[in-house]
Amino acid sequence: MTERIQLSGVSKDYPGRKGELLRVLRDIDISVRAGEVYGLIGRSGAGKSTLLRMINGLEAPTEGRVLVDGVDVQSLSPVELRTLRHSIGMVFQQFNLWNSRTVFSNIATPLKLAGWKDDDISRRVGELLDFVGLGGKAFARPRQLSGGQKQRVGIARAIAAKPSVLLADEATSALDPQTTTEIVDLLRSVNQEFGITIVVVTHEMDVMSQLADRVSILSDGDVVESGDIHQILARPQHPITANLVGSYTRTFLSEKDREELSTRFDGRRISVAMDGVIAEGPLLSSLARAHSVDFSIIQGGVARVKNQPYGQLSLALHGDDAAIDRFLAELSTRTEVTTW
Amino acid sequence: MVTLALLDLDVVIPKVARALGETLFMVTVAFFLASVIGLILGIFLYATRPGQLLHSRVVHTTLNIVVNTLRPIPFIILLIALTPLTRALIGTSIGPAAAILPLTIAASVGIARVAESNLVAVDPGVVEAAKAFGASPLHILFGFVVREAFGPLLLSLTFIFVALIDATAVAGAVGGGGLGNLALTYGYQRFDYAVMILIIIVLIALVQLVQFIGNRIARHFIDG
Repeated sequence: MTERIQLSGVSKDYPGRKGELLRVLRDIDISVRAGEVYGLIGRSGAGKSTLLRMINGLEAPTEGRVLVDGVDVQSLSPVELRTLRHSIGMVFQQFNLWNSRTVFSNIATPLKLAGWKDDDISRRVGELLDFVGLGGKAFARPRQLSGGQKQRVGIARAIAAKPSVLLADEATSALDPQTTTEIVDLLRSVNQEFGITIVVVTHEMDVMSQLADRVSILSDGDVVESGDIHQILARPQHPITANLVGSYTRTFLSEKDREELSTRFDGRRISVAMDGVIAEGPLLSSLARAHSVDFSIIQGGVARVKNQPYGQLSLALHGDDAAIDRFLAELSTRTEVTTW
Repeated sequence: MVTLALLDLDVVIPKVARALGETLFMVTVAFFLASVIGLILGIFLYATRPGQLLHSRVVHTTLNIVVNTLRPIPFIILLIALTPLTRALIGTSIGPAAAILPLTIAASVGIARVAESNLVAVDPGVVEAAKAFGASPLHILFGFVVREAFGPLLLSLTFIFVALIDATAVAGAVGGGGLGNLALTYGYQRFDYAVMILIIIVLIALVQLVQFIGNRIARHFIDG
């Protein structure tokens, strides 16, 4: 698999208030494959936007290297960097459209910058307006558009010059849920129809789960966990990831939740990952019956993302100790079980 | 109405027309020159700010001092203080042509300051996007920042144009000619209020017209 973008050992310092250096990113290694949608998720201030902006050289790393198609972004001259930027589109949270230009002119501008001919520009802008569903708005001004329409223009502008990479910096954070879904679908089809590699930064787990193939979770300048989105949703390893996923699917228990529940429920307490269990039919109840174990569900739930079930049920088990052991042993061979 | 009846129109109208011509001459020439000088200064003030394209503390501070020194000087003082320079450059310190130099200097620093604030007010996202799509620094400055600021800039220039009409009246006090001079001669020295009121009406009409045109053109650039 080809690496389109490679961040290796990337760190970033910013001067703080008293002139001291604050490390906002620490030794980050991420590689993005050609054609995938890669997500950077974390709370605001986690450093994800800074990381994203290093890919097109809007920010420079203090240490480490950023390679795009094998080229070190830092090694480029200003002119070479501008040429590289013609092949990396970018979509912004606040859209950043040029208000003094028409919709047509906004989309045409990256093409002019990339040196396209006028005839080709007109044809291309027409195609893009159709693609984003704004065929009738060519000569409207950004001010006359709704937020969703503005972001459609932003996306058309970003992919106009047929870039190989699209950077989406909180592209849906200023939009309502319905519009967010439309923009997520549009980004998905940008990826699928044109094979454009997308790196998406967001703090919305919902957007991430609908869009990304693989993700890295950032917290305070560190990548705490990376992996396939399905794996992250089903089996978050790091507490911060579990927290993010948990508050999204509302099933994962934090340490604090467990402590609280321990005082209120007797019996042995376990959490069972549900993604594998559901496909197997009534696994929990049939095993419980077979081993004469009773359980009460104390917290949990199951959500579906991209048509796959995710979630966790937390149970309190009652019955003979040996029976519970056998029940747990068998259940553990079928799905992930944590005893707490 | 009684006073207006006292107007000897055959005498007054040619005088007012001539004075209007002088005012328009002073204002338009000074406005044109000051726009060029002021916009260049304003763009430099903006571009040499910290973090901007040509950021330079030395240039920015120097320009700031020049602008801040000239701007608070009341126009009538500036006019008198510049007399030697005016005489050296234009050959005389009296008349409409001589008034153009101080008018231009005062308007230039005014335009420099308003242009700077119009440019600073441009959304940083505009610059960010232009950068991300590979525009060069000069292109960003003129093709994006100045362009986005153009509508508000036209309103600011209209404001300066009106201020210049105001300033020519002061120039009139020291023999600069124009409507202000005429109004002072008739109204203040001869106590002929009818002529003065007529001139005030002409001035109000002129300012209204200029503001109307300025608003119209600016709206075209702001709303599209």
